[in-house]
Amino acid sequence: MKGGLSSLRWRPGLRRTAAPAITLTRQQCTWLLATAALSLAPHLTWLPTWIMGFGFVLLGWRALLLWRGSAPPPRLVLLALVIAAAIGVRTEFDHFFGKDPGVALLALLLGLKLLEVRVTRDALAAVLLCFFLQLSLFFEDQSIPVAGLALVATLSGLAAMASLTDANGRAREQLRTGTLLVVQGVPFMVLLFVLFPRVDGPLWGLPADAFSGRTGLSDTMSPGSISALGESSEIVFRADFDGPPPRPDQRYWRGPVLTDFDGRTWRPRAFAEGAAPFYAVEGPRLDYTLTLEPHNRRWLLALDVPAAGPDAHLFTSDFQLLARQPVQSRIRVELTSHPESSIGLTENEAALAAARRLPPGFNPRTLALADELAAGAQSHEVILQRVIARLRQSELIYTLRPPLLGTDGVDEFLFDTRRGFCEHFAGAFTVLMRATGVPARIVTGYQGGEINPIDGNLVVRQSHAHAWSEVWLQGRGWVRVDPTALSAPRRIDDGLAAALPEGEALPIMMHPRMEWLRGLRLRWEAVSNAWNQRVLGYNPQRQKELLARLGLDQESSWVLGGTLAGAGALLFGLLLWWTIRKRRPADPLERGWLRFCTALARHGIVRQAWEGPHQFGVRVAAETSLPPAARAAIRAICEDYARLRYGPTCSADDLRALRTRINAIRLP
Amino acid sequence: MPNHHATRLLEAASQLILGKERELRLALACLVARGHLLIEDVPGVGKTTLAHTLARLTGLQFQRIQFTSDLLPADIVGVSIFDRETSAFRFHPGPVFSQLILADEINRATPKTQSALLEAMEERQVTADGSTLPLPDPFFVIATQNPANQIGTFPLPESQLDRFLLRIRLGYPDALAERALLMGADRRELLEARPPVITPADLLDMQRAAQGLHVADPLIDYVQALLSATRHHTEIETGLSPRAGLGLLSAARAWALIDGRDHVVPEDVQTLFPHVAAHRLHLAGDGRPVPAATLLSLMQSVPVR
Repeated sequence: MKGGLSSLRWRPGLRRTAAPAITLTRQQCTWLLATAALSLAPHLTWLPTWIMGFGFVLLGWRALLLWRGSAPPPRLVLLALVIAAAIGVRTEFDHFFGKDPGVALLALLLGLKLLEVRVTRDALAAVLLCFFLQLSLFFEDQSIPVAGLALVATLSGLAAMASLTDANGRAREQLRTGTLLVVQGVPFMVLLFVLFPRVDGPLWGLPADAFSGRTGLSDTMSPGSISALGESSEIVFRADFDGPPPRPDQRYWRGPVLTDFDGRTWRPRAFAEGAAPFYAVEGPRLDYTLTLEPHNRRWLLALDVPAAGPDAHLFTSDFQLLARQPVQSRIRVELTSHPESSIGLTENEAALAAARRLPPGFNPRTLALADELAAGAQSHEVILQRVIARLRQSELIYTLRPPLLGTDGVDEFLFDTRRGFCEHFAGAFTVLMRATGVPARIVTGYQGGEINPIDGNLVVRQSHAHAWSEVWLQGRGWVRVDPTALSAPRRIDDGLAAALPEGEALPIMMHPRMEWLRGLRLRWEAVSNAWNQRVLGYNPQRQKELLARLGLDQESSWVLGGTLAGAGALLFGLLLWWTIRKRRPADPLERGWLRFCTALARHGIVRQAWEGPHQFGVRVAAETSLPPAARAAIRAICEDYARLRYGPTCSADDLRALRTRINAIRLP
Repeated sequence: MPNHHATRLLEAASQLILGKERELRLALACLVARGHLLIEDVPGVGKTTLAHTLARLTGLQFQRIQFTSDLLPADIVGVSIFDRETSAFRFHPGPVFSQLILADEINRATPKTQSALLEAMEERQVTADGSTLPLPDPFFVIATQNPANQIGTFPLPESQLDRFLLRIRLGYPDALAERALLMGADRRELLEARPPVITPADLLDMQRAAQGLHVADPLIDYVQALLSATRHHTEIETGLSPRAGLGLLSAARAWALIDGRDHVVPEDVQTLFPHVAAHRLHLAGDGRPVPAATLLSLMQSVPVR
């Protein structure tokens, strides 16, 4: 009684509108939570952990409330949570604008919205938030799994909406409705995909934070920088050759060329961009298409030696092919290379001087060795042969886990530790050559690549990262020398795994016993390459080609817009026709009756779907807003309809008579 | 044009049982549909009088069995007694061999005794001492039941409840009817004085006519949709059985016949549906009977086409 009394007492100032009671069923809530979880979960991979944690705690809280059947938390608590979430996002990202803080805020607000869901309207808003969150996932990733996940989450969202309109329906039916909606949406999706004008590059690719943290080659090289990539099987690019691919020993993909050395780190020379070098083309020509994954750098990693590409690319004086902008989305470039050409036959003196420069005071033992090797040599070629022979003799060991080196890194590698990765080999060789007076430089890039037997593409991964040297010889230009190949020739012919000494732990994907896993991966990569090419790579250029093939004048926006609208209307019409056909009663009597009911409904006399004709007639007869004559006429029509529809006989005459009477009714 | 037998009967009955026209009509529909009737209500609202009245006005041979916890199956079906003169057992038929039986407070008897009657209801015959004896033709059982939460009752299991076509509640009479009741003469005396208005043969005719009533395809569709709705409703444990569906249809036919129509309309089905469904459906979870409001909303979720 105590509660009853206190609630009866009048409390001025404390009266406020009470929150409505929860009117959602358990099933509706479950659909809603499942959709939210499906929309939230994929963001786990990139959103800050605390945000995801917060989001899932809110979700779990809602699930607990549902399970216990208790009311949502009071609005004050929710308000406090909103403020806490906003402060958290602000602290994490420093601002509210941009993609990442936006999505983070969206994720948190979804969790909070779920907490306050009480009636159908709230739930619908929450489902729409879920759809937004699913969409925002494509900012991060547009791969097949993400698309599949989005499909599942959309399905769940649609089923949730179906359950919101039909509280007592069965989950299976609701899922069916959702599936039907998705299936009906597919033609529209395809239509918009093909015909809607494509935008070059991602719509949302503006903020700079999108491309930070990519792994890959860097434009400097110090001991360890390439071996760090050795264990990553992430794809760098795919090459699709028009003819047969090059031999394994020709698969050198040219990246940054490093000339300046400070004793520890190699850096590129400040090159003169635009000075497109000339070289005499020799040997066969290879045409290929490179599909480059975004790496946020400008180099295009063409096969050594590339021919000048289209105007969109730069060709530097050290034969690098560069894009004008950092590669921030997957691009396709069509390239040509001449692997057997000689380059730099006429090199300018400044470049050669830079390629001879060594920092003073480093690696005394190497300098001594160089003097010894250069003594009495008539030409640079002789010195080169001697250096190669010397390196072969010194039994250097190729390993992914070389020991750490001190100040005189080359000395220690050549004389003490004798264990190193390709950057050690290339570095030591280049220093040695320079010490003898021969111009030499380091080229980094990728070496090798595996043919995917499924689609025939050559796939190059981060683990193919490599460094080699080029020496300049009078009359031959820059000659590629791969010092790694001297000690571990199998690295070049058979790949990293074969070159490593027995017993050294291999990355899992390189293990010989993981053949089946590699097969599976190749298959998957072929599928996702097809996806990348056909779906993600459907750019304005390809759209143009396709439309031209379809015979559409893509230049005129009227034609394109008209086709889009026309095809859309046609599809919509087909769906509508299908729906009406399914709904429309075949029986002329029933059709007439439904027309009659619709006409009455326009005058405010609505027959409930469950109301039988007889009962409806009785109800209308009591409707005082109508003139008595009309009431009687309607009632009589209802009675006649009931008799004809449910009675034993219904002739064509009866039908006609009924129709005449329906038409005769005049309502005010 | 209402059925004249039914009209006469209902007119006479409503003079004896005041303010209960709808319940009387439902009871008659149950009788015409060859079903059995379950009346659930507190004592003293006229359950027995209703049964008496029906029996008296139709001229049916009437027996009342008061169910108690010590009632035995033989008390209902009958018993074989050794006859000295013929040196053989002779079967003495029990009260079940009557045309209209009032099984009063059926949930007071033990399940064994209950099932003896319920079997007879279903089979319309009794097997005793190896021989099968048919029960009389209009055979109509009205069972009354106190609300199950009273002490000393054996609630009927679901399978037995299914044998009753309709369940009705009488409820208290309205103020006007109660006043007339209080002021008027003793009902029993009135009843004794009243001659039958129709004969058992008339009743059989009505039963046959009801069975032959036209049922159109759209109506079958509607009944099917209703049955399906009970089976797909999330709050309901198990939906209506096909037997219940048949019952619903035959009760609707009887209702249409009493109304004087030669065909069944959806409104007939809607009228009978709560009475057919209420005692057969239970809530998922706690197993309570389905509330009337749920049945109504279920019915309103099925469109009439």
